Amino acid sequence: MVIILISSLRFRLEAENFSPISIYCEGSTCREMQKLGDFKLPHFFNYPPYFTLQPVRETREKQVQLWKELILDYCRTQKIFVIKLEEEFPLFSNSVIERTLSHEAREAFLSALAAEGRAEWLDKGHRSCLILWHRIQEWADIIVNFVKDNGFEDSVMTVEEIRFGIESRRTELHGIDRTILMRALKLLEQKGKLAIFKGTSTDDEGIKFSV
Amino acid sequence: MSNFFSKAEVTSSGRPVFLHNEVECHLLSGVDLEPEDHHHFTPLKSGILILTTHRLLWLHSSSATTPTSASAIPLAAISHIFSSRKSLKSVFHSPRIRFQVLVSPDGRVFDPGSGSGSSSGSGSRSVVVTAVIRGKGDSDGFLVKFWDSWRARAWESNETSGSGSGSGLASGSEAVTGTGGGLYSRDGSLRMVGVAGILRKEQQMWESTDKSLQDAFQDLNALMGKAKEMVMLAEKMRQKLLSGTSSQTSGANDEDMGSKEEMQDWLLSVGIISPVTKESAGALYHQQLSRQLADFVRTPLERAGGMINLIDAYCLFNRARGTELISPDDMLQACSLWEKFDVPVMLRKFDSGVMVIQNKSHSDDEVFARIKSLAAKPEALRNGVSPTDAAMSLGIAPAMAKEHLLTAESKGLLCRDISPDGFRFYINLFPEIDPLNIYFVKDYGICSTWIKAVSTSG
Repeated sequence: MVIILISSLRFRLEAENFSPISIYCEGSTCREMQKLGDFKLPHFFNYPPYFTLQPVRETREKQVQLWKELILDYCRTQKIFVIKLEEEFPLFSNSVIERTLSHEAREAFLSALAAEGRAEWLDKGHRSCLILWHRIQEWADIIVNFVKDNGFEDSVMTVEEIRFGIESRRTELHGIDRTILMRALKLLEQKGKLAIFKGTSTDDEGIKFSV
Repeated sequence: MSNFFSKAEVTSSGRPVFLHNEVECHLLSGVDLEPEDHHHFTPLKSGILILTTHRLLWLHSSSATTPTSASAIPLAAISHIFSSRKSLKSVFHSPRIRFQVLVSPDGRVFDPGSGSGSSSGSGSRSVVVTAVIRGKGDSDGFLVKFWDSWRARAWESNETSGSGSGSGLASGSEAVTGTGGGLYSRDGSLRMVGVAGILRKEQQMWESTDKSLQDAFQDLNALMGKAKEMVMLAEKMRQKLLSGTSSQTSGANDEDMGSKEEMQDWLLSVGIISPVTKESAGALYHQQLSRQLADFVRTPLERAGGMINLIDAYCLFNRARGTELISPDDMLQACSLWEKFDVPVMLRKFDSGVMVIQNKSHSDDEVFARIKSLAAKPEALRNGVSPTDAAMSLGIAPAMAKEHLLTAESKGLLCRDISPDGFRFYINLFPEIDPLNIYFVKDYGICSTWIKAVSTSG
């Protein structure tokens, strides 16, 4: 028997009736794990205690860490920028094992993200949370690269063009949350890389790059 | 209301006004009062029958209006109460209570309170009244209380002990009631005849006991005064003991200690716990109790799998003792003394506050090993372990099992899962998961076992 050193292989298969499942293999056995949209869920997503806020400190720390990773991954691949706690969020429920994260648990995990600068509460009541799967500085760098790659060094663009224009389609900037974009732009403005000004059209702002 | 009954006053809320010293004994609703022949009074339908120490009261009950008056039959006017006849008919009918009421010449219930008693030499007429109990009340209980109240003759002792003006009436009524061959001989002394005679004898005994009690109670007041002195004396003793032990050096005189122990025991027996107990490993009483408890608790411990709730042990112990029950405080003291002795049991307090008695030989690690193996079974991997599952598998009470599960959780062996289905525990997978590589599953680790178990289910 050949012992394969590769720890896991993943195949994508489309099942006939059910939502697409991904099969991952370990050793010589293959397991199925359900997906959320096209996002692959890890095996412990079906572990019921994962959905109950653990009281024991060590266990809790691990649990929080895993949830932080999962939330960031999910938001990155699904391009989600804001999570509202009182609304349904697909990642926080698992219909297979019939478990849902309590409000307390959601707040705990998002607060943990906020504590390391990967999220920000948009209101004092902790009802709405901005997810920074790229930090603002990272977004700023992406904008600079975008400008350089497309030769926009001295040109002017509107904010909406950055968000939804043809040029941004192949970049991560496409569909970016407006709040995050403005923050990144302001950061660059402070560094003198651009200037923000009120445009001629109703409420859209324009950017003059001087990268 | 007919003229037959005595009138009874009623308060504005529809409750009868009681006479001096009159106490309500029983109440039945849905009662009809019927005479044996209808010319005495028209039957009273569907009322509330109240038995007091002095009278039988009947109030008309209707939810719309509060009764303004009530009918009364003084118990003194009752000459006989019939015992209930149990017949085939009585199974199907509403229960009935029949009693004989004396009637004065003018067709009314004989009223011993009125002065008419002495003059009615021919007060020999009586009528049998039936109380039909159509309501749901306890008619047998009522009958018993009826007998008791009637025999107790509370109205007489009232009059003899209380107002002087009543005494003349009392003797008057005694002399005249039921001249038709009843209780009294011509000279007014009681005739001890038949059932009535026996009852009368008992009544007399009761009266004399009552009198002697009254005398005794006079002394009680004197006793109360003495009691204060007693308490002060006990306090002085206590102080002496306290000061005695604290001033003594370690080379204490044996004799002194002996008498001090006696003193402690004596104090304890009158209910005062000496403060010295804490220093000297407890009074003899607590020591003995502690050892007795340690012996007793071994059998229940075995049955319960090595651990028993303190409260359960307390109940079992007291039940076994039968008399001379111990207080919860005594129990706690006795258990805490175990530390100082060499007994095979110990008291243990969990984080949640639950206190248990367990064998000293009990090993937590062994329990954890058993829990771990239980949680690693395929069934447990799929559905978790509930306290009941653990209780069955470990052979202990569910409350104890939950404590063990919680302790195992705090040690990182298990994780909790709270859902509408309840509180369950799963084996802890978190340590094996690498946060930097969340899709990776080790080949022979617990995660792999878990995945296998879960995916083979339906």
